[in-house]
Amino acid sequence: MSTQDTTRPIAKGAEPLAGAPENLPEGKVQPAKVGDRSTLLSTPGYYKRAWRSLRRDRVAMSSLVLSVLLVIFSFGAPVISALTGNDYATGDLTNFLTPWFTTLEHPLGTDPNGRDVLVRLAYGGRVSMTVALVALAVALLVGLTMGAVAGFYGGLIDSVIMRFVDVLISIPSIAVLLLISVWIRPGPVGLAVIIALLGWTGLARLIRGEVLSLRSRDYVDAARVSGASNRTIITRHIFPNVISLVIVWASLALPGLIITEATLSYLGFGVRIPTPSWGNMLQEAYQFITLSWTYAFLPGLFIFLAALSFNLLGIGLRDALDPRLNN
Amino acid sequence: MTQYIIRRLLGMVPLIIGISFIVYALLNLVPGSPADNIERSPTMRPEDFERIQANLGLNEPWYFRYFAWLGNAVQGDFGNSYINFAPVDFLLRSALPNTLVLAITSLVMALLISVPIGVFCAVNRNSVFDRVVNVIATAFSSIPTVWLGLMMIILFAVKFQEWGLPSLPTSGVRNLREPDNILDRLEHLILPSVALALLSLADWTRYIRSQMLEVVRLDYVRTAQAKGLRDRSVLMGHAFRNAMLPLVTLIGLTIPGIFGGALIIENVFGYPGVGQLTVESLRASDYSVAMACVMMLAVLTVVGNLIADILYGVMDPRVRYD
Repeated sequence: MSTQDTTRPIAKGAEPLAGAPENLPEGKVQPAKVGDRSTLLSTPGYYKRAWRSLRRDRVAMSSLVLSVLLVIFSFGAPVISALTGNDYATGDLTNFLTPWFTTLEHPLGTDPNGRDVLVRLAYGGRVSMTVALVALAVALLVGLTMGAVAGFYGGLIDSVIMRFVDVLISIPSIAVLLLISVWIRPGPVGLAVIIALLGWTGLARLIRGEVLSLRSRDYVDAARVSGASNRTIITRHIFPNVISLVIVWASLALPGLIITEATLSYLGFGVRIPTPSWGNMLQEAYQFITLSWTYAFLPGLFIFLAALSFNLLGIGLRDALDPRLNN
Repeated sequence: MTQYIIRRLLGMVPLIIGISFIVYALLNLVPGSPADNIERSPTMRPEDFERIQANLGLNEPWYFRYFAWLGNAVQGDFGNSYINFAPVDFLLRSALPNTLVLAITSLVMALLISVPIGVFCAVNRNSVFDRVVNVIATAFSSIPTVWLGLMMIILFAVKFQEWGLPSLPTSGVRNLREPDNILDRLEHLILPSVALALLSLADWTRYIRSQMLEVVRLDYVRTAQAKGLRDRSVLMGHAFRNAMLPLVTLIGLTIPGIFGGALIIENVFGYPGVGQLTVESLRASDYSVAMACVMMLAVLTVVGNLIADILYGVMDPRVRYD
């Protein structure tokens, strides 16, 4: 807040309050008056406090840095390709499985087709991250809507949605994922949507429970009495209170989505060659496992690092954002 | 109680039929067909292809075939594989024991390791050991299953052989020349079951730790301490036994997770179980086998939930069914 605010009374022309010190000499520290906004405004807001406590959390901050680095590495794939002069699709077949750290041309070695592993890792990361992020966005959209609708309206809508969630949870998701991927033979985005359509149920349950308890709070009753519409109540009174829950869920769900993509692509049901992804690089590496262990090691290491950093960041965010767990 | 079980069992029937309908519809709306390969053959005459399709029953609409399938399945007949014409229940019966051995071995291993660690962490909360375990658990839950399997193959099979150390087999359930050698079978079981156990270890440890922490705060534990019982007997007799109660129910709930993990592990290690059968049949559009595999998983999941709910009531008299 700007400094002007600190001395401005709450309403212009208001009568000085009884007992408030008047005509204090210049230069002396003025004690806060009752009703002076300065005392209220100097307390940092919820997100500011959360950010401060996150800043103090060394594990969370280093995982934040690591995940940002991985995102830059993945989405900067064309830059890495241009800098190293290697292309993810073309390779020299005579460069069959060069070991890592032997040539400057291919710092992390080459794959069985003689393509540069570093560039393929970056492009693969771009595909894997895109799949995970799109899946996350779709799952958030569906899970939030379903959970909020079920929790807010209750009754028949609630039971129908929740029974549907129960059925969806009962079906083994990996089998259904394989099934649908055989059916659609999807591209990366299609794959993301499929993963998301099976991954929103947990969030829906979480949001439903939270909305159910928020709905009966006094301030929601007060808003309703003063004539607020459902839309206003949802967007102004309920939604801001579930945001932190959603942020934490998203960060903790991302590792699972990255690993799901990798697993499906490894089994040959996900992102298909020639498009590289961390998962189908692992599949390719499996066939040459006796010849080069580094080629199998690297894509998995990146999946692991991405999953780990998002996991740790999620735990940090949970600690920072959830005052119920801070004691 | 009996009434509750009967009601739940009856409720399972529409759920399972619903799942089977969805899965059958998905499978049959897939553009591929078991007859695809012979259709592409240049020597195949169109009238022969028609005849083969009619013999396989593939010329009828899928919803007719669904009801025929359901009628037979209820009587325990899941038909024959479209690819090698073996009866589906024979294929399942030869694959299921392998998967069960794998799943149970890994579950026992995971529990034997995670229960003591989890309890120790809870008792020494926020100690160095507790923190280290917490970090390791987070790291383990971030490891992709497939990668863990590959790294184990590389270390214990490829590298050990290079270094001249005794290496472990990485595929199959037994050496084909030795049909009844139990040691040989155990040797084949080590890598897949350890991999599967390692994957669930982190979750179990965290779960047991939080259960213990919850119980330790309760009144009856404080009472036991106040009346002067030794720490050991408070811990084992009062806290531990009650903390392990929800564990039994959790085992029922983790059945789908264990089989889902086994599906991946079996494919990495070439282990001939249900998971490998599922993936292979899906790849080949072998409807009948895929259908039976997926339905078996679904039924296991539903039954696991039911067993969890019932056991919870049996073990905890405070739970009432109505």
